[in-house]
Amino acid sequence: MKASVRPLAEPPARPEFVRQTLDARNVGEIVRPLSHWERVTNIGAVRKLFILIVLAVIWQVYSARLDNPLMFPTFGDTVAAFWRDVLSGELLARTFVSIKVLLMGYAAGVAVAAVLTTFAVSTRIGTDFLSTLTAMLNPLPAIALLPLALLWFGLGNPSMVFVLIHSVLWPLSLNTHSGFLAVSETLRMAGYNYGLRGVPYVLRILVPAAFPSILTGLKIGWAFAWRTLIAAELVFGVSSASGGLGWYIFLNKNQLEIANVFAGLFTVIIIGLLVESVVFRTIEVRTVRKWGMQR
Amino acid sequence: MNESSETARSIAAGHVPLLDVDDVTLQYKTKEHLVTATYRVSFRVHRGDRFVLLGPSGCGKSTLLKGVGGFLRPAEGAIRLNGAPVDRPGPDRMMVFQEFDQLLPWKTVLQNVMFPMLASRRHGHAEAAGRALAAIEKVKLAEFCDIYPHMLSGGMKQRVAIARAMAMEPEILLMDEPFAALDALTRRRMQEELLQLWADTRFTVLFVTHSIEEAIIVGNRILVLSPHPGQVKAELNSTHGHASAGDAAFLALRQRIHDMLFAEAVEEKAVPR
Repeated sequence: MKASVRPLAEPPARPEFVRQTLDARNVGEIVRPLSHWERVTNIGAVRKLFILIVLAVIWQVYSARLDNPLMFPTFGDTVAAFWRDVLSGELLARTFVSIKVLLMGYAAGVAVAAVLTTFAVSTRIGTDFLSTLTAMLNPLPAIALLPLALLWFGLGNPSMVFVLIHSVLWPLSLNTHSGFLAVSETLRMAGYNYGLRGVPYVLRILVPAAFPSILTGLKIGWAFAWRTLIAAELVFGVSSASGGLGWYIFLNKNQLEIANVFAGLFTVIIIGLLVESVVFRTIEVRTVRKWGMQR
Repeated sequence: MNESSETARSIAAGHVPLLDVDDVTLQYKTKEHLVTATYRVSFRVHRGDRFVLLGPSGCGKSTLLKGVGGFLRPAEGAIRLNGAPVDRPGPDRMMVFQEFDQLLPWKTVLQNVMFPMLASRRHGHAEAAGRALAAIEKVKLAEFCDIYPHMLSGGMKQRVAIARAMAMEPEILLMDEPFAALDALTRRRMQEELLQLWADTRFTVLFVTHSIEEAIIVGNRILVLSPHPGQVKAELNSTHGHASAGDAAFLALRQRIHDMLFAEAVEEKAVPR
C-alpha cells in the first residue's frame, strides 16, 4: 500500500573508477602484540581467581564485623582449621573415603548408562524403555532411596553405590540418548556405508559424534553423585568409623567446631572446582574443542 | 525391445553391466504418507561409466542413489551389483554426500580417509595410511593431513570426502549432489578435478545432480528422470567437458534436456503434492 504512495527509488548514475591500493604501512600498525594486561585478562583462570579473591575478602570482612565464630567463622579461621586438619591427615583420609565410594558408584553408573543407551539406540522398544524409566526415575532424589537401600544392602558401601548409580544413571542416559538422536543423518549413513553395525557403530560413530552431550551428562552426573554422597554421609554416616567428608561435617557440627564444618564444606567445594576445571576441562580441550564441536 | 536387444549386444561383446537396476520401484514412509519416489526405473552402469542421474527435485534421484547404496530396499524390482543383489550398505559402494558434515569431526583429514579402510577391515593400519596419503595427494590436500575438518573450507571438505571414497577403491562411487552446496567457482574447479581423477584412475561413478550443465559436463551417460514418481524419460550420451561447454552441440543437448524437464514442470503444477 505504502509503496504506491512513495516514489520508486532511483539510484543516481555514478562514474566507474579503478584504484591502486595504498601502501598500508602509512595507515599505522596492522598487527600489534597485545599488552601484558590484555594478555593476562584473557586467561579465564585469572579472571575466575579474581572473583574467588573478591568473595574471600567479602567473607572475611563480613564475618570479622559479625564477630560470631559459633555461627559464622571468618575466612582466616576456616583456612586455619582446614590447614590443621589437612596436616593432621584427618581431612585427607575422610576425603579419600568419600572419593573412593564416589568413584565406585560413578563408574558403575556410567557402565549401566552405557548398556542402557546402547540398547535404547538399537531398538525401538529400548528407546521407549529408556524414556519411560528416565521420566519416572530422574525426578526422584537419589537420597530418597537411601532408606530402602539400607534395608536391602545394609549399612555400608553397597547402599552408597546403589544410590550413587541412581544419581548418575538417569541424567547421563538422558543426555547421551538425546546426543545420539541429534547425530546427523549424513554421519549415520556414512557409518553404515563403511559396514559398521551394532556395538562398533555405536562406539565409533555415535559416541564421538554425541560426545558434547555425553560430556555434559558426565558433568551433571558427577555433580549429582557428589551431592548425593555428601548428603547420604551427613544423614546416615554409614560405616561411621571410616566415614567420609559428610560424616566429618556432621561430627564437627555436633562438637560445635564450626570452623571445621566450614573447612569440610570448603573441601567439598575445592574438589568440585578441581574436577570441573582440571579433569573435565582437560577432556573438553582435548576432545570437543579440538574437534570444533564446541567453542 | 530396442533396449533389451542393445543390452544383449553389449553382453555378447563382453560388457556385463557392473550395476543393474531393474524395474525398481522405491517407496519410503514419512509420518503420514507412503511416498513412491521412483516407479519402475531401469538402467545399467558399466565399468568406467560416469553415469548421471538427472532430474528436478522430487524425481527420486537421491532416493535411487540411496537404494543403490543399500539404505533402502526396493518395493519392486531388483538392484544388482556384479550380479549379486544389493541388500545392505557396504564399502564396495562408497557414498559422497552433499552435506559438509559427512566428515567425522573427531578425526583429522588423514584419519578420516583411513577410517573406512580400517572400519571395514579391508586394510591394515600401515597400508591404509599409505593409500590414504596417496588419495589425499591426488585431491591436492597433502599439507592438510593433520588438520581437523572444522578448519577446512566447504570445497576442501568435499575433496576429503572424495579422497576418502576413492581410497577404498570401491566398485562404484555414489555421489549425491556433491558440489551443490559449493560456490560456482569452486564447483567448476571440483568438476574439472573429478574429471581429471577419472582420467587418471578410471573409476565408475554414479552421480546425482539437478543441474543440466553439470550433468553434461560430468557425465558420459545421462539418465533423465521425470518427477512424482521418478520414471525414466531418456538415457543420453554426452561427450562434453568444460572445454566444449558453450559450443553448439553442448547448447543443443542442454536445450533438449531442458525441454524434456520443462514439459514435466508444467505437468507438475497440475498435480497437487
